[in-house]
Amino acid sequence: MLKVDQLNLYYGAIHALHDIAFHVNEGEIVTLIGANGAGKTSILHALSGLVPCKSGEIIFDNQDVRKVPAHQLVYLGLVQVPEGRRVFSRMSVMENLEMGAFSRKDKDAFDRDYDMVFEHFPRLKERRKQAAGTLSGGEQQMLAMGRALMAKPKLLMMDEPSMGLSPILVQEIFNIIQKINAEGTTVLLVEQNANMALSIAHRAYVLETGDIVKQGAASDLLKDEDVKKAYLGT
Amino acid sequence: MVYGIVRLINFAHGDILMVGAYTAVILTTMLGLPFPVVVILVILMCVLFGVVIERVAYKPLRSSPRISSLITAIGVSMLLQNLALLIFSPTPKPYPISFNIKPLTIGGLQIGFTTVLTIAVSALLMVLLQILVAKSRAGKSMRAVSEDYDAAQLMGINVNTTITFTFAIGCALAGIGSILYGLAYPTVSPTLGSLPGLKAFIAAVLGGIGIIPGAMLGGLIMGLAESLTKAYISSQLSDAVVYGILIVVLLFKPSGLLGRRMREKV
Repeated sequence: MLKVDQLNLYYGAIHALHDIAFHVNEGEIVTLIGANGAGKTSILHALSGLVPCKSGEIIFDNQDVRKVPAHQLVYLGLVQVPEGRRVFSRMSVMENLEMGAFSRKDKDAFDRDYDMVFEHFPRLKERRKQAAGTLSGGEQQMLAMGRALMAKPKLLMMDEPSMGLSPILVQEIFNIIQKINAEGTTVLLVEQNANMALSIAHRAYVLETGDIVKQGAASDLLKDEDVKKAYLGT
Repeated sequence: MVYGIVRLINFAHGDILMVGAYTAVILTTMLGLPFPVVVILVILMCVLFGVVIERVAYKPLRSSPRISSLITAIGVSMLLQNLALLIFSPTPKPYPISFNIKPLTIGGLQIGFTTVLTIAVSALLMVLLQILVAKSRAGKSMRAVSEDYDAAQLMGINVNTTITFTFAIGCALAGIGSILYGLAYPTVSPTLGSLPGLKAFIAAVLGGIGIIPGAMLGGLIMGLAESLTKAYISSQLSDAVVYGILIVVLLFKPSGLLGRRMREKV
């Protein structure tokens, strides 16, 4: 579904990503793990077209999308839940979900999809008239995910969904990610919380200062000595 | 409104007003077009100027520091004023449109037709604008873009189109404003726009910048303060009183009269 090859990205003189290559198959949960500053978010930004890459190939659904402007990627089904939620805080929960569906024309199906989102996140339903800025961090994460689901993603990219959340909430969010995946959405997950990410992912890539240093089945990486030492704290 | 989205004080906004006024002069005096046609063409001309200015002068600076675009905005304002000076000469021209309608008398008060028209049109436009921003697809993209460019893009919103659209609306309003202004103060000069532009900005700050009814409330308060000072204290002090009110309001409520202080969870 997604194939990235030889991707290079610079911030000014800083070479942030070196020849990154990875792929995501349909139906998978793939995770990119790594420490702060390893380039995880840069990869997602590059995929979403928010930062231009110097060179490389991003093939999504058999189409090179590296030069497609950010706002058009949503129409192709490449949808991102950005780091730090980035919900529209002055808009209501309902309006945020509506913005998520901005790229869609099939207005008749909206109600069914709102219900689907509320089924995943019952708490959003209680608060649907509230301004998004007044929600708690966990609720905002749920809203950001619900908003992305409203776009009917083929590939859902998530940047640090666990950030700043309590362990119970993290567990809840990850359960929902698994559920969304089971319902047929492919997921690319970027996480610092390697333990959680590896426990739900099918495959994983380990990122270190802009390079992919390891890859494999998530269950294998969970047992890998180097990964254990560097990221799992055991 | 434009400020809310691009965080840029468009100093050239008043000069768009001037462009609208000269357009009316040309169309009516030289071409003799009827009033409704003139109105439409004036609005179109203002929109055209606004969109071109946005694309040429502001868009390339969108990711540079805000001070750069601020200076550019002042530059654009000067450019328009000096162009007008060159083309139309500094001699003021009479505004060619006027209505000979008797003032309305309500109770013991006489109110000029232009005044009534101005209030009615402004109120109507304010309501329309509110509805547009709150309900329409374009209005929602405007609000999304004003909160977060990147997140808006991730929803599939074209940020550039949205910003251009915002400028277009702002300039269409300036076009309508130029007609109302011309009816009330029927002389047209190249610097016509700079004072109303500045005052409109102050009114917006007073009412709470980026809030549409706030701008109208601010304008009303400023106008009243100005007239009352002129009538009862001294005409020379009117500006001092207006700025005084502004300073006091900003001291106690920096976000303006209707401005809400945003509390956001991070």
